[in-house]
Amino acid sequence: MRRPLHEPLVELDHPADVSGWRQSARRLLIEGVPPEAVTWSVRARGERVAGTDGLVSGGAGTADLFGAAPIESEPATLCPVPAPRVPKAFGGLCERVVCHRDPQRFAVLYRVLWRLQQGEPRLLDNAADDDVFALHRWDRAVARDRHKMHAFVRFRATPGVVPEHFSAWFEPDHHILRLTSGFFRRRFASMHFSIYTPEASVHWDTEQLRFGPAATRAVVDRPDAMEALWREYYASIFNPARLKLDAMRAEMPVKYWKNLPEAPLIAALSREAGRRTEHMVEAAATEAPRFARAAGLSGRAGLQGADAPAGGAFQGEVEGAGFSEADRHAALKNRRPRADVSS
Amino acid sequence: MSTTVPSLPVRLQGKLAILADAAKYDASCSSSAAERRDSVDGRGMGSTEGSGICHSYAPDGRCISLLKVLLTNFCTYDCLYCVNRSSSNVQRARFSIDEVVELTLSFYARNYIEGLFLSSGIIRDADYTMEQIVEVARRLREVHDFRGYIHLKTIPEADGELLARAGRYADRLSINVELARASSLAHLAPQKDADGIQRSMADIRRAREASRDRSHAGSRAPRFASAGQSTQMIVGADAADDGELLSCSQSMYEQHDLKRVYYSAFSPIPDAPGALPLKPVDAMREHRLYQADWLMRFYGFEVDEIVAGGENGMLDSALDPKLAWALKHRDRFPVDVNTADRELLLRVPGLGSRGVDRVIASRGVSPLRLDDLKRIAGSVARMKPFVIARDWNPGARLDAVGLRAQLLGKRAQLDLFG
Repeated sequence: MRRPLHEPLVELDHPADVSGWRQSARRLLIEGVPPEAVTWSVRARGERVAGTDGLVSGGAGTADLFGAAPIESEPATLCPVPAPRVPKAFGGLCERVVCHRDPQRFAVLYRVLWRLQQGEPRLLDNAADDDVFALHRWDRAVARDRHKMHAFVRFRATPGVVPEHFSAWFEPDHHILRLTSGFFRRRFASMHFSIYTPEASVHWDTEQLRFGPAATRAVVDRPDAMEALWREYYASIFNPARLKLDAMRAEMPVKYWKNLPEAPLIAALSREAGRRTEHMVEAAATEAPRFARAAGLSGRAGLQGADAPAGGAFQGEVEGAGFSEADRHAALKNRRPRADVSS
Repeated sequence: MSTTVPSLPVRLQGKLAILADAAKYDASCSSSAAERRDSVDGRGMGSTEGSGICHSYAPDGRCISLLKVLLTNFCTYDCLYCVNRSSSNVQRARFSIDEVVELTLSFYARNYIEGLFLSSGIIRDADYTMEQIVEVARRLREVHDFRGYIHLKTIPEADGELLARAGRYADRLSINVELARASSLAHLAPQKDADGIQRSMADIRRAREASRDRSHAGSRAPRFASAGQSTQMIVGADAADDGELLSCSQSMYEQHDLKRVYYSAFSPIPDAPGALPLKPVDAMREHRLYQADWLMRFYGFEVDEIVAGGENGMLDSALDPKLAWALKHRDRFPVDVNTADRELLLRVPGLGSRGVDRVIASRGVSPLRLDDLKRIAGSVARMKPFVIARDWNPGARLDAVGLRAQLLGKRAQLDLFG
């Protein structure tokens, strides 16, 4: 779809199409098209071509194939467009900001690029400028969203598949699947995995990164047996004597909870925290266990008695004599604080 | 690569419950500052990209970044503040080396964690315990080519060769100093040796420095704990005041090149001995210590200056330590944000180090007004009385008798709505 120069409409391949934006912006700049004359849009999902279904190897996006120049002029190949002079930080800023869901992002980026060429080379340093302020705000939002995705994606092993395959469902706030895919590829290079989002999906088979269509949560609805252990860990590492729910919610907002296997525990752990703490404070001091008494250790009896332990009886305990399977099971039954409070 | 635990024995879940519970009094869960690496050219998995990742948060507000467990909570030591001391009646358990390895890999593959923080009660003797800890790390690195984060607790009394091996596999090593006063440590943790702890920290520093040197032939020494060392101090288990704690931190930062000192407000433990305060220490005290620690490391404050912001060696619990200091040193203000140097700007309440960078960059483009500061710093509520901007001079506000009360009111409001 080509438009005449006097009413430039740029249609990008996908919502985070930074290569398409960059290429169009360069051409517009060369043509001298002012920011207020340009309309930026993203091709509707159904029409999307090379954007999300193609193979992508390494870091090079298919969007570099944005050869169908959106503006009526010579094809890009015959007239290579020189890169405009921009501060070094601008490139990275563009890559992140295009991922923001605000529809104005492409226009503001182009306006800043325009102003950088039009006598404001130090514009980016001015954090108080309206446009720069907007870019910084979007940049922070995308950086946070990316960081939370790195943190809160939870893979589930698909049962009975060889080689082992891991899948995750995640709902980012912004268009960050591509931005984050490199992180997962570098981290889990030897693992087969898929990450599905409401907008697109990404798949790694230890050799190639492939972008695919959107999905729903149902694609990853079979729980992983490891989640029981993870929940046990989550419950056990929590210190009920220092309940700070606001601090937790600030870092792990409620919107993420529905995809975190540990989140269903939060309500009960919080509810019971006060009683567990009271119980610890009120509990009377108990007699030291046998191995410690035998070694001459007794914290509550007095500090002066605590010389270096001779070892003897204690080592016997550690090496198994006093720590049987039955003890372990008894331990499990009796010690769980959650068991204490739920009775 | 092994990522599944066959048949997940219930036994393992029970051990995990006991040995994670036993590890939670170590505040550190940091996975930052490691060298950059990934698994692209490896057999296993794992990466570290500089800043750590908090994969979850417990309802206590603490980040969960690592699988933080003890190898065993059996312990021959009887440190009174510790839930695992030999005289405590908590339930005991012990992981096998492979159980910890499998748990780490299984959790990591599901993106639950950044890696492992392994500590242990002292069983048999220091060398034996340290050997077990090191063996877990060795298997992760050498057998499974695991490239995630590993933090090992080291035992000061253990042999130097074991420490060297620990440093080869671990990103971070730590030894807890526990108490700022050596006399308190002798009293509450009779088997621990304050001098030995300091010596071990010095050893780690030396080994780290040696690992960064190239030999004259240009070959590189083996890696050693590239993410540095950290330590932890318990707050409120003895009578040490904030000044003592911060001085202790400062000397450790200087002498041993620590990455972090963690402050852990004493909180009630199950089956506590009678010799300890049973009530939790005010969490605000811990918070203020962290803020003060930050000022010390990144804002050019001396311990004495920070402590002078409070009373009798204790920080002001109602105000952040920078604001408390500024209120007592009003003769140094107002600071003109359009001309002041970086050092001075760092002293302005409500202006962080990134804010200072932006002020310096922005004012080179055009002089800053109060509204500009609001955009740069997010809020000017705390800053206003202490700065001059193009369209703003605090005038007599800075010297007003009621300024502290006024700022406290503002803080309260911010806390309420923020």
